[in-house]
Amino acid sequence: MLTGVIKPDEGIASILSYDILREGLKSRQLMGIVPEMANAYVDLSAWNNLMLIGELYGVPMKQRQERANRLLKEFGLYERRKHLVRGFSRGMKQKLLLCMALINEPQILFLDEPTSGLDVESQRLIRDMIRELNKSGATVFLTTHNMEEANQLCDRIAIINHGKIAAIDSPERLRLRSSGLQSIEVSFDKVVSVEDLSKVHGVKEAKKTGDKIRLYVDEPSATLDKLVDFARSKRLRIISLNTLAPTLEDVFLKLVKES
Amino acid sequence: MIENNLYWEQFKRSFAIVKKNIRIYYSKGPVIIFGLLVPFFLFLSFYIGRNMPAEALVPALLGMTVFFTATSVGPAIIPWEARAKTLERLISSPISIWTIFLGDMLSSFLFGAVVSIFPVVAGLFIGVEIANPLILGLGTILATFCFASFSILLSAYPPTDTPAGVMMLSSMIKLPLVFISGVFIPIEELPGWGKTVSSISPLTYFTDLARHSIQGHGYYPVGLDLTVLAAFALIFLVTAIKIHERTMQKRL
Repeated sequence: MLTGVIKPDEGIASILSYDILREGLKSRQLMGIVPEMANAYVDLSAWNNLMLIGELYGVPMKQRQERANRLLKEFGLYERRKHLVRGFSRGMKQKLLLCMALINEPQILFLDEPTSGLDVESQRLIRDMIRELNKSGATVFLTTHNMEEANQLCDRIAIINHGKIAAIDSPERLRLRSSGLQSIEVSFDKVVSVEDLSKVHGVKEAKKTGDKIRLYVDEPSATLDKLVDFARSKRLRIISLNTLAPTLEDVFLKLVKES
Repeated sequence: MIENNLYWEQFKRSFAIVKKNIRIYYSKGPVIIFGLLVPFFLFLSFYIGRNMPAEALVPALLGMTVFFTATSVGPAIIPWEARAKTLERLISSPISIWTIFLGDMLSSFLFGAVVSIFPVVAGLFIGVEIANPLILGLGTILATFCFASFSILLSAYPPTDTPAGVMMLSSMIKLPLVFISGVFIPIEELPGWGKTVSSISPLTYFTDLARHSIQGHGYYPVGLDLTVLAAFALIFLVTAIKIHERTMQKRL
């Protein structure tokens, strides 16, 4: 909606003081956008795609060409600049879309699932670029289903459920809000039933995660003693024992359930 | 002043759309060949076996060529973009809907205008004399604008992302229009009801203008032909953009 694609039913929103409805052209002029479902023109070369978007943003030709050269080199697409996008891999297309979003040197960047479906190397490159852009002063709006990505990249996270913001805060504060989601991860030298562990005093829920078992507790320190007693009584040896803060994924699921 | 700058800037950006369309859609061999072949074969089917002077044939060939070429790709562009998922990228750019469709219309116009040279040159080659080149030039430009605007109206409704469906629908509209437009039979030779029906087609007025400028006479006054073509162009363009504005969200 902020990018002008969907019209709002009600309310107002502005981008750097430009109303998105009344001054849509001016607000969009300041943005760079990578829509999730969008494509570059596959029948144009990477270079011509960049020139097209540069022209649509009114970037003068010389600047357009300089920026396109620089961006294509930074994203490792320079050698393929004259090739039609039709022959590009998904990762290359995504990098090109990011180049297209940056051709106007935007103050605000909207990225919708920028690393979805990409190989690990491309994901890392794009995440590094996002960090660099943010460091150089651009505001980055990132939409993602990848909690770890949000955790690594974002200063503030809004969790949206059924179109409404269920919570908005920094990743650490969001985690602190969910104290009830603290957990202990334990593994034993023998197989232990999850049901038995869930009966240990203080354990609210037990879940098997690989060869370990995760116990959701209110007070980890109090439960640790009980867990050691449990191991002794069953003649088990504890291989590993960690207390864990809730992950963003836990926070997300809790907030979604609550709302 | 700022408003004027804004309009000028948007107008300039519509040429980015023109360049994109030419690169993607119009420079393809099959599009150019098809744009020339359809009117040429329609013309042959009408011409062969009839003893007609070249002066009567060239206006018909020119009318069909301009009509078919200026409307050949325009209807498919937006459904094509919706299907290829490039439309969202375009809409989220700092350009208005008007800029997008002005660009689409201008690219159809350029294609139609360039291809219209072929039948005129062919006519000159076989000895046809053009009595009034100014009217022919002005009429061709105005008619190409009109048909290019018509081409974007053809894709306005329904808001589909299937180019083949739009092309079929537009053929169902375009072919009957050719037959009622006095292309094959001059308007003065049509019966009363035929004259009435032909008056609803913009192609009628262009063919009439072409006859004025090549044969030296037509059915309607030149001023009326030019005015009606200009009016059709404006109505088609404004209506097309208004409908596209309303239906754009449904394409995404």
